[in-house]
Amino acid sequence: MAKMSGAQMVVEAMREEGVEVVFGYPGGAIMNVYDEIYKHRYFEHILTRHEQAAVHAADGYARATGKVGVAFVTSGPGFTNAVTGLATAYMDSIPIVVISGQVPLSMIGTDAFQEIDAVGISRPCTKHNFLVKSAKELPRILAEAFYLARTGRPGPVHVDIPKDVTAEIAEFDYPKEIKLETYKPTIKGNARQIKKAVEAIAEAKKPVFYLGGGIIHSNSSDLIRELVHATQIPAVETLMARGVLRYDDPLLLGMVGMHGSYAANMAMSEADLLIALGPRFDDRVTGKLSEFAKYAKIIHVDIDPSSIGKLVHVDYPIVGDLKYVLSELVPQAKEKVDPSRYEAWREILKRYEELHPLTYEDSNEVLKPEWVIERVGQKLMGKARISTDVGQHQMWAAQFYPFTRPREFITSGGLGTMGFGFPAAMGVKKGVPEEISVNISGDGSILMNIQELMTAVEYRLPVINIILNNNYLGMVRQWQTFFYDKRYAETDLSMQPDFVKLAESFGGVGYRVKTKEEFDKALDDAISKGVVALIDVVIDRYENVLPMVPAGGSLYNMLLEYKD
Amino acid sequence: MEMRKVISVIVLNEHGVLTRITGLFAARGYNIESLTVAPIPNSKYSRLTIVTNGSPRVIEQIIKQLHKLIPVYKVIEHSELVEKEMVLAKIPLEERLADVEALCRAYNGNIVNIGVDSAIIMAADEPNRIANFINALKRFNPKEIVRSGVVAIER
Ligand SMILES: Cc1ncc(C[n+]2csc(CCOP(=O)(O)OP(=O)(O)O)c2C)c(N)n1
Ligand SMILES: [Mg+2]
Repeated sequence: MAKMSGAQMVVEAMREEGVEVVFGYPGGAIMNVYDEIYKHRYFEHILTRHEQAAVHAADGYARATGKVGVAFVTSGPGFTNAVTGLATAYMDSIPIVVISGQVPLSMIGTDAFQEIDAVGISRPCTKHNFLVKSAKELPRILAEAFYLARTGRPGPVHVDIPKDVTAEIAEFDYPKEIKLETYKPTIKGNARQIKKAVEAIAEAKKPVFYLGGGIIHSNSSDLIRELVHATQIPAVETLMARGVLRYDDPLLLGMVGMHGSYAANMAMSEADLLIALGPRFDDRVTGKLSEFAKYAKIIHVDIDPSSIGKLVHVDYPIVGDLKYVLSELVPQAKEKVDPSRYEAWREILKRYEELHPLTYEDSNEVLKPEWVIERVGQKLMGKARISTDVGQHQMWAAQFYPFTRPREFITSGGLGTMGFGFPAAMGVKKGVPEEISVNISGDGSILMNIQELMTAVEYRLPVINIILNNNYLGMVRQWQTFFYDKRYAETDLSMQPDFVKLAESFGGVGYRVKTKEEFDKALDDAISKGVVALIDVVIDRYENVLPMVPAGGSLYNMLLEYKD
Repeated sequence: MEMRKVISVIVLNEHGVLTRITGLFAARGYNIESLTVAPIPNSKYSRLTIVTNGSPRVIEQIIKQLHKLIPVYKVIEHSELVEKEMVLAKIPLEERLADVEALCRAYNGNIVNIGVDSAIIMAADEPNRIANFINALKRFNPKEIVRSGVVAIER
């Protein structure tokens, strides 16, 4: 055991946790920690140009690698800038640890310079948070923070450290093992419940797998693929589960929910059994609850008991880590389930797929966003990670990109944070440097963290930003078209920067493209040069995302086309 | 169908733990009818007794969400329980104190202090009986009434 300052402990704890990279931004209250970073260099520090971006980058890193992402920020405005990042990670259960500086203990509560009640603000948007009261307890708290972030239902943890605590000297005794008597997530599912669930599957006539983000967090996609193929039961994926099954899997009906495919939404509506594996019955998936899967019994496996039965009645609740539950369930299902049993059901769904396939009308006059996404897929399938911002472009990416693996699609689902994509894609690149990191963005969203061009250029993080530019806050415009009689209040973004010059001024490369040929050339060029790129793609400004279930409507009542 | 529920929560005695609980109730729109809290003797835990109401689904969520808070050790859902609540009140000295005292005694109470212009009385009983007591007290023109909130213990 060695004596050291609180600041040194922070740096040592990163080493203990095997942290490779920290995204951050310094300031007064956290300067002692930065002074130690300067001295030690146990990990790479990436200076983002905004604290929100630091947290999104840590989040993107975590989503792509499954490891805990880390961000450092200072007190007051540094911390408040980080809050959107915490909330984004919280809503999607992403393991990150955010460490903030705080004014000295003796000044807390005095409205000191850059003082804000950080733990008061982060409490509702973190899995847990800590205000550190002495250097003595710092090693334990940091170890617990990492442990809490990655175990059970993962999530962001915030540690607020007053400046005098980072200066205080104490023993550094880093716990090798964490035991919390008040925190014991259930890992193994109840064996009897698992057996009953298998029986329910074996007896169902119209079962459907409802695959959620928990599969990705628990790294159980392989088991899911095995289960789906062995039982030959059709499956739908939520936004957060894209890539669990390959895009060309014959049993995958597509994405479910507000912009889900016709076949996926009809499967949910007509099923007699939903096998819900790690989803959370979000309103963007279920639509009107009283009409949701109303003929179905429901099996729900989730590590978080509060997820089960929160919104719909569940007939077969199983609390546990999906990986453990599936390792019990898959062999039993293989033995008991006769895949031919669902033949007629598969036929019905195939007809639904043929009746209203996910499609779009291509054009020779103007670029269609769906074509752009498909094109990116043709060039990069299986070789790239696709991050997105939020809006129509996000939904087109989710619908039309050919996903092949988990952790390939990085998107803010629960909070829907515009400005997430670019910094997240930087974190992705840091975590998976051998792959191409693409951010599918919109002309609105990209400006919400555009300053990160500087970070990406400085640290050679060649993110390819593809801006599907419709000169609109397109998703809001779409709602105004459908539900507000075309009163386009404050959604016209005709006033635009010159994205090419913008990219160049930061030392990146910009392209503006209007045709398929130009797009191909730009994308090829950006890939071969390995540069930070902005590809400003002029698309059909009036394109809508379809199908669409109006908010609060029933899944089976989809708008399938819209003609002006 | 709304129901009343008494829930005990055993929590680590640490900074901000009460905010986590009340914040949870506020953020998710759950009701708190009463809340009492005190340390459990010779331990690092405190015990909260929360009286709430809601539909069975809401009550189930409250219990699960409480469990999910990291410093929560145990959530006890009472079905068979003894509940008590205490009340203090100030009665003007002009009132007929003999009658007041008789009333108090019927509710496990008495007069606990007499000052220059008022008497302080107390009673401790089941919450619904305390409600009756307060009703009955009205005719003695109480100047102030303080209720403690419910404490409960399982049978
Ligand atoms: C930070 C934030 N502010 C506002 C919104 C609401 N919102 C959702 S989509 C959208 C439009 C996004 O426009 P753009 O990035 O151009 O994408 P498009 O829909 O045009 O593809 C807005 C404003 C949001 N999701 N996030
Ligand atoms: Mg747009």
